[in-house]
Amino acid sequence: MKIVVCIKQVPDTTNVRINPETNTLMREGVDSIINPFDMYALEEGIRLREKHGGSVIALSMGPPQVESALREAISLGVDEAVLLSDRAFAGADTLATAYTLARGIRKIGKADVILMGRQAIDGDTGQVGPGVAENLGLPHITEIRKIEEIGEDKSIVVERLLEDGYVRLKTSLPVLLTVVKEINEPRLPSLKGKMAAKKAEIPVWSAADLELDTQRIGLTGSPTQVMKIFTPPRPSGGKIFEGDVQSTVAQLIAALRDAGIAIGQKKGEA
Amino acid sequence: MAEPIRVILDKCVGCGLCLKVCAYDAVSLVDKKAVINERCTVCGACVGVCRYDAIEIERRPFKGQDVENYAGICLFAEHRRGKLSSVVLEIIGAARELKKELDRSISAILVGDKVQGMAEELVAFGVDEVWMVEDPSIGDFDEDVQSDLVTKILLEKKPEIFLGGGTILGRSLLPRVAARILTGLTADCTELSIDGDKKLLRQTRPAFGGNIMATILCGGHRPQMATVRHKVMKEAQALAGHQGRIEKLDLPILKPRVEVLEFVEEKMDTVNLAEADFIVSGGRGLKDPKNFALIEELARSIGGAVGASRAAVDAGWIPYSHQVGQTGKTVNPTIYIACGISGAIQHLAGMKGSDIIVAINSDPSAPIFTTAHYGIVGNLFEVVPEMIKQLKE
Amino acid sequence: MNYFLTEDQQMIKELAAKIAKEKIEPVAAHHDETGEFPWEIVKVLAQADLFRVFIPEEYDGLGGGIMEMCIVVEELSKACGGISLAYAASGLGTIPIILFGTEEQKKAYLPRLAAGEILAAFALTEPDAGSDAAAVKTKAVPDGDSYVINGTKQWITNGGEAFIYTVIALTDPSRGPRGASAVLVEKGTPGFEFGKKEDKMGIRGSATRELIFTDCKVPKSNLLGREGAGFLVAMKTFDQSRPGVASQAVGIAAGALDKAVAYSQERKQFGKPISSFQGIQFMLADMATQVEAARALTYQAARTIDAGARNVAKISSMAKVFASDVAMKVTTDAVQVFGGYGYMKEYPVEKMMRDAKITQIYEGTNQIQREVIALQLIKESLQKKD
Repeated sequence: MKIVVCIKQVPDTTNVRINPETNTLMREGVDSIINPFDMYALEEGIRLREKHGGSVIALSMGPPQVESALREAISLGVDEAVLLSDRAFAGADTLATAYTLARGIRKIGKADVILMGRQAIDGDTGQVGPGVAENLGLPHITEIRKIEEIGEDKSIVVERLLEDGYVRLKTSLPVLLTVVKEINEPRLPSLKGKMAAKKAEIPVWSAADLELDTQRIGLTGSPTQVMKIFTPPRPSGGKIFEGDVQSTVAQLIAALRDAGIAIGQKKGEA
Repeated sequence: MAEPIRVILDKCVGCGLCLKVCAYDAVSLVDKKAVINERCTVCGACVGVCRYDAIEIERRPFKGQDVENYAGICLFAEHRRGKLSSVVLEIIGAARELKKELDRSISAILVGDKVQGMAEELVAFGVDEVWMVEDPSIGDFDEDVQSDLVTKILLEKKPEIFLGGGTILGRSLLPRVAARILTGLTADCTELSIDGDKKLLRQTRPAFGGNIMATILCGGHRPQMATVRHKVMKEAQALAGHQGRIEKLDLPILKPRVEVLEFVEEKMDTVNLAEADFIVSGGRGLKDPKNFALIEELARSIGGAVGASRAAVDAGWIPYSHQVGQTGKTVNPTIYIACGISGAIQHLAGMKGSDIIVAINSDPSAPIFTTAHYGIVGNLFEVVPEMIKQLKE
Repeated sequence: MNYFLTEDQQMIKELAAKIAKEKIEPVAAHHDETGEFPWEIVKVLAQADLFRVFIPEEYDGLGGGIMEMCIVVEELSKACGGISLAYAASGLGTIPIILFGTEEQKKAYLPRLAAGEILAAFALTEPDAGSDAAAVKTKAVPDGDSYVINGTKQWITNGGEAFIYTVIALTDPSRGPRGASAVLVEKGTPGFEFGKKEDKMGIRGSATRELIFTDCKVPKSNLLGREGAGFLVAMKTFDQSRPGVASQAVGIAAGALDKAVAYSQERKQFGKPISSFQGIQFMLADMATQVEAARALTYQAARTIDAGARNVAKISSMAKVFASDVAMKVTTDAVQVFGGYGYMKEYPVEKMMRDAKITQIYEGTNQIQREVIALQLIKESLQKKD
């Protein structure tokens, strides 16, 4: 079985802080990590290989330093890794990223299962998976919490998390799946894995290697443009709401929603 | 090929702010001028923070659709088990606000089995045109079939804006459609408005785990697509006497590649404390162990975890695994709601990393109010049920 | 702080530290309370290949030495000195096989030990033979192709959980200590049973049991080294394992120091964090200096052994005696820094103080260590005179 796991190197957004004076995000000194949801995808890919044989290939698109994330994937037990890197890929939105990754997967060839985490913790969109599947003409299923079984006949049964439960679905390989944290407990790297990662050769494929439409990649391939980035208003001092019970509660909920917090949201949503 | 991002050396004063906001270590100062290296991902954070407009990103996206030919605000009417999802009402509310500025009609795409009643409901809430495909073979969750229908309808009807819910289905379906049509899609918007003379859809949404907000435009491609974050925007109210047109479309329906075997309903249990985005904690002020049920109910209603102060745990009201504090767990949720907790230093040590702390306590001099961002001085037995009630609405 | 580790050593240290923080720390208090053996941690260590670090490559190890083992033990001990013992004591039981095993014996056990599939233990101590190790009474009497073992061993770490035991017993009781040999015994051998699990003051996440041999027959091929070389096996083994105990002590002390430094900044009295008081600052400074010195001496001992030096007893004993005394002092001081809270089981430092005590006692009491060092000093000075 050929398993391709797409991973993204992201800043550890859970550890960023806001500079109280300038009200800007203090991003320097924040570690680069493998997107936490992709760790679950890597683990699932390795488990599939342990169960069904074959190989696991980690794939990522980004600047040269992303190689360290791919080496980390190898230290966990992935067989090979490929980096898609080119200045021309920079500035890609999810449409361009999905296109580029799909070309990479096509070049790897004959993938049976393509895995990735449900979303990246910097972009928080969850859009690349479905986009890659569309580019490859494959079915995709998001929010996978369990791969129940893969049959000899290439049928695959999965459990997909919904807002109010889960649904069991059946389709056949090849398929693209995005996974949630409930799916497994990712392993730690092993020393042998780390040694293999040190020695591993990770090919870097540029735009020229991928036979793609240069109009569809990077900034050029991105219909969406970020016009402004700002830090949301966070309460500074303590504000005690005045009024009766009904009014104070209403003020509280409004204040929280104004800060962009989706309070009252159910499990499984963004 | 030309670098997508460059520093305008004449304007750069070497203040170094760009260095501080770069999460990729891609900026350094050389001879008091900013230099961007190959680690740059063109995320734009430095452009946003530069006070001297000394960094620019050259954007020239590929040729998109003919913008002139697109008109109207369209939304995806997501439904489940015979009912419109509540996010749809929130999207209609947003669409009606956009209509005020754009002066275009609001349409909805509704596909599925037995959807006629929902079509009428959409009209009652202000949708001017419903484009409907009704067929028993269309499942509630079927990205293959639905994305094909949605794409065909969008290509035919050409709305300038297409909105969906930031739900599991929406976040899976719309990216597929956008990738097929080749247009821009912004996820999880918390704010939508119309921008400037070009009347573009201004899409604002959180990123970086909610630590920043980004405003996005899709200038040259149509429709401008966006998913809307659930439970942030206000639901529309029914528009008395509103008339609209329901158009039944006759489109071929794909055979699905994914088969539904069964749906298993699951009640949500209270979530893992360490990973929780929302935590509701109870303390001595609860007075009785049975009152933890109130805390649990509030936690459940916001999809959060239940925490406790040491006093509550020591009193045997709740197991130690829920204790937050110096000798319990350290948590850093987006929101921490402390109910009946005085705010001893030992408890604060465990939760002061929370993004927003809300305190509910009947004692106005309780120390927790000095750390809390928001507070309500009141009887938690009245405030908490009121919160549960208002959040349901 | 740069300890001038090789890249591989750094890699081992980081992985061990990651496991300590993510896997051991969350369960340390639980194992201390229940005394449950941490098999789930053993599995994690095995999967991470940590059991391989001091085993030769030809037996599925990674070919490192005592330094690598010390690095692992120290990192794990920072999170829990009891749980780390499952690893360290298995190391103690593995060393005699590496040093004295025949090819068959090495092939039979080292790969499985390297994979963390099984654990090892070392059995010398008896109820009447502690510091006076030569007073062992357990017999392994030759009988045809076998040895028949009778006797009891006391306070054996990993007892009952380990699979392979190196037992020091008298194969020729008439010769006294010179008649002692090292014999390998597998768990499950008929006549080999375990006593109750001891209820200890500290290191409660480790298993300590009596080994009871009643006409236990093992094949003569289980002899480790030569007949009569039992105490040589024991001494050479301890020479190499002592830095491991020292590392355990360093780890416990370092863990306590970190907690004390953090707490002193949180705890406010007289309107200020207690870290701003010189009294506390001086304590912390002394604690830190002692930990650093203990670590340096331990690394020196480990590196000396790995470099193949012949006389390592003195430096090895120095590391053990110094580090363990430091651990006791630093953990006691840590409890003091925590004040009343430090005395409460709810806070982590009283456990560390209880864990530290044993390092001054086992694998040769600190009194015996001092004797070893003194005798060595005298010997060296006599040699210089010549």
